[in-house]
Amino acid sequence: MIRIGGFLVGIGFTVVVLFSFIMGAYNFATEDKVGAPEYEFYKKPKDVAFAQDGAFGKWDLAQLQRGYQVYKEVCAACHGLQYVAFRDLAQLGYNEDEVKALAAEWINVPDIDPDTGEAIVRPGVPTDNFPSPYPNNVAAAAANNNAIPPDLSLMTKARGDGTAYVYSLLTGYGPIPEELTAKYPEFDTPDGLHFNEYFPNLNIAMAPPITTKDQVTYADGTEATISQMSQDVSAFLAWTAEPKMVERKQTGWVVMLFLLFATILAYFSKQQIWSAAKPKKTK
Amino acid sequence: MAEMNGEDGVRRRDFINIAAVSAAGIGGAGVVLPLVSQMAPSADVLAESSTEVDVSAIEPGQAIKAIFRKQPLFVKRLTQAEIDEANSVDVSSLREAQTLAERTKEGNEDILVTMGVCTHLGCVPLGAAEGEVKGEYGGYFCPCHGSHYDTAGRIRKGPAPTNLEVPEYEFTSETVITVG
Amino acid sequence: MSFPWARQYEPTNGFMKFLDERLPLPRLVYNAVGAGYPVPRNLSYMWNFGVLAGFFLVAQIVTGVVLAMHYAANAEVAFGTVEHIMRDVNWGWLMRYAHANGASFFFIVVYIHIFRGFFYSSYKAPREMIWLLGVVIFLLMMATAFMGYVLPWGQMSFWGAKVITGLFGAIPLVGEPLQVWLLGGFAPDNAALNRFFSLHFLLPFVIAGVVILHIWALHIPGSSNPTGVEVKKESDTLPFHPYYTAKDGFGLGVILLFFAFMVFFLPNTLGHPDNYIEANPLATPAHIVPEWYFYPFYAILRAFTFDFILSAKLWGVLAMFAAILVWFFLPWLDRSPVRSGHYRPLFRKFFWFGLIPCMVVLFICGGAPAEEPFVMISQIATAYYFLHFLVILPIVSSIEKPEPLPYSITEAVLGEDEDATLGATAAAKA
Repeated sequence: MIRIGGFLVGIGFTVVVLFSFIMGAYNFATEDKVGAPEYEFYKKPKDVAFAQDGAFGKWDLAQLQRGYQVYKEVCAACHGLQYVAFRDLAQLGYNEDEVKALAAEWINVPDIDPDTGEAIVRPGVPTDNFPSPYPNNVAAAAANNNAIPPDLSLMTKARGDGTAYVYSLLTGYGPIPEELTAKYPEFDTPDGLHFNEYFPNLNIAMAPPITTKDQVTYADGTEATISQMSQDVSAFLAWTAEPKMVERKQTGWVVMLFLLFATILAYFSKQQIWSAAKPKKTK
Repeated sequence: MAEMNGEDGVRRRDFINIAAVSAAGIGGAGVVLPLVSQMAPSADVLAESSTEVDVSAIEPGQAIKAIFRKQPLFVKRLTQAEIDEANSVDVSSLREAQTLAERTKEGNEDILVTMGVCTHLGCVPLGAAEGEVKGEYGGYFCPCHGSHYDTAGRIRKGPAPTNLEVPEYEFTSETVITVG
Repeated sequence: MSFPWARQYEPTNGFMKFLDERLPLPRLVYNAVGAGYPVPRNLSYMWNFGVLAGFFLVAQIVTGVVLAMHYAANAEVAFGTVEHIMRDVNWGWLMRYAHANGASFFFIVVYIHIFRGFFYSSYKAPREMIWLLGVVIFLLMMATAFMGYVLPWGQMSFWGAKVITGLFGAIPLVGEPLQVWLLGGFAPDNAALNRFFSLHFLLPFVIAGVVILHIWALHIPGSSNPTGVEVKKESDTLPFHPYYTAKDGFGLGVILLFFAFMVFFLPNTLGHPDNYIEANPLATPAHIVPEWYFYPFYAILRAFTFDFILSAKLWGVLAMFAAILVWFFLPWLDRSPVRSGHYRPLFRKFFWFGLIPCMVVLFICGGAPAEEPFVMISQIATAYYFLHFLVILPIVSSIEKPEPLPYSITEAVLGEDEDATLGATAAAKA
């Protein structure tokens, strides 16, 4: 009975799925293939190397400090960093007093007036998280033509190959390439959007944020080219997304080496134990 | 594999098994470390360690409650009578010998900053808010098991073993203290 | 338990004797995974994966209990508490990455365990109950994993919850009320998140209970083995301890090396970037996919694209559930007298050149976007999947001529068995 029932069920599912297959294949063969510029002209992130890459990678603290400066002077106007606290900046090589001073530079940390209970803003202290530039999403949407600037805390983990993606996006603005216009004459960048071939649908709401050389004056004297600033802020955002990354890899090496050693021991132990049961081949 | 013979062979075999089991034990112990330490205070909790209190608005005889490390903090401005009473006690008769001066900051002997945590089992003593029972010695009274603290927050009667704790603090200006 | 030559537990000291007479736990362990459990001596490394699955179940429970100490199941803060774990909790990043990748490794190990069962027909009499309990464990694992993936409350969590509960909406008449009931609302929100957390915490312990039944059922007939020939005598077996404890210990070391590599060096590779974006009910990710271990079943779900009497959606849901439910019937679908695929030439061909490529194709299509040619390929593979289990397997098992079996495990290992004076092997050798 089970086999007869199974046979019927199996044939049933097969017939139905093959019906879908035939219908789908017919449509596929007869329908005009509509190409889409977003598929053909979207580019994978650029190949860009960072100090923290690879199994032995370590943060370049000077770069992270520069990246913080770019974030503060350029990105922070629209993008928050809500999961990062000022105290975390100590990991970039700042001492306690410097962290306090850096936190106090952010004068828009929301709080409640202890006397009146009214909402106020005050300068940050190390225990505060980075303040968001907008009080809420509605305000963010209203101020930005309905495109809410995303929080950047986790940006490099929230995109495939995220660090390179951020770098590519920042340096990927430009005119619509001629091949695209030739192939899709109706393709256009609407008002208020900007063409960027590293953005999945090619038109991004964010205006080019890093546009001129020396837009930021680096404290350490590094030449602030567009590429340099973009790379620094990408590295900084890789750190905000995963501050424990280097610690994780370093712990990984200790664990892997120990496991390798233990596994080799376990292998010889197993061989030794099994030698007692080794078949005595009579052939 | 060559036949192993004699004691040497036996010892070597045992050694491998013992080493393998030991390695497993070390690995297990290594796993316990993060499992235990994850329960210790996290970085954000450790960072929340200082509280600022403005004492300018406290009238003599009044106290305010603040929060320090998620625990109540009593800041009280003593009246002259309370100061005199605290100073008139024979320090050597106290359960924990401390003078009022030792429990306050120089120049601000009228500002008494203590944790609002009874040293017996951690209840919040009464006496800080208007109209609360202040106990037999006019300071604080813990209703849980009847500990009486005097005007300097020192234990005088009841089961509590020590005086109310004075946390580390300093005057960052004339009127503001920073605790922790 | 079952073999007369199984060693008996002897308490070594007064305390153990005291305990043995009152609560014979040491005896239980001795008989379950100690020297008191005789195991076929010819088990290959494919037989390591049961113990490894048990290890990962325990590891998931341990790391999961730890994470639950820091996580809050509330839509307002859930995403933030996960970041709190990653950033501020001592070793929290390790706990979370170990738990997330541990789920993947649990599934890898269990899939190998299941496919070992397919190849060696481990489901055949007298081991049907072990197999049925195993399928129950797998279903419970799928439910647990799905609900666990919702907890971080990222975009994939939210949309995964919406899509999977939406499957129940395909059921005629009761579908939509059922979906609303499952979610406790019209879309995933606090009610859904809280119940998923509660059940995600509960189900692993239910799994552990069924695992105990699974092992109990295993100890009645004893382990199967690569020849599929039943144990006949003592020389066919070795005590579990120390032989298989040592072998499993080595196997555990190897898998932990892979596991540690993923946790420490590629912790997010098996996950999806969209889950690092907080759940947003107003924006669907471009490409919703489940975790990789559901890809084959997700491909079957999506393979039904045209209505055929019933709606395509309902067909997809039925087929997806049927794809696992057919496993329950395997012991009765496969009627071959021989177990091991090593001695079943036709069965073996369909396994290696039919089922395995079919699963690989379904896996790839399940992770690919729902567009051609992936949909058409997955339709062919889905058809094969059902034909394989429900049509090919019953037919092959009755028409194929098995190759000669060894007389015993002893003969298979040692090359000859002095008891094998008669029998197929002797004739075949001549």
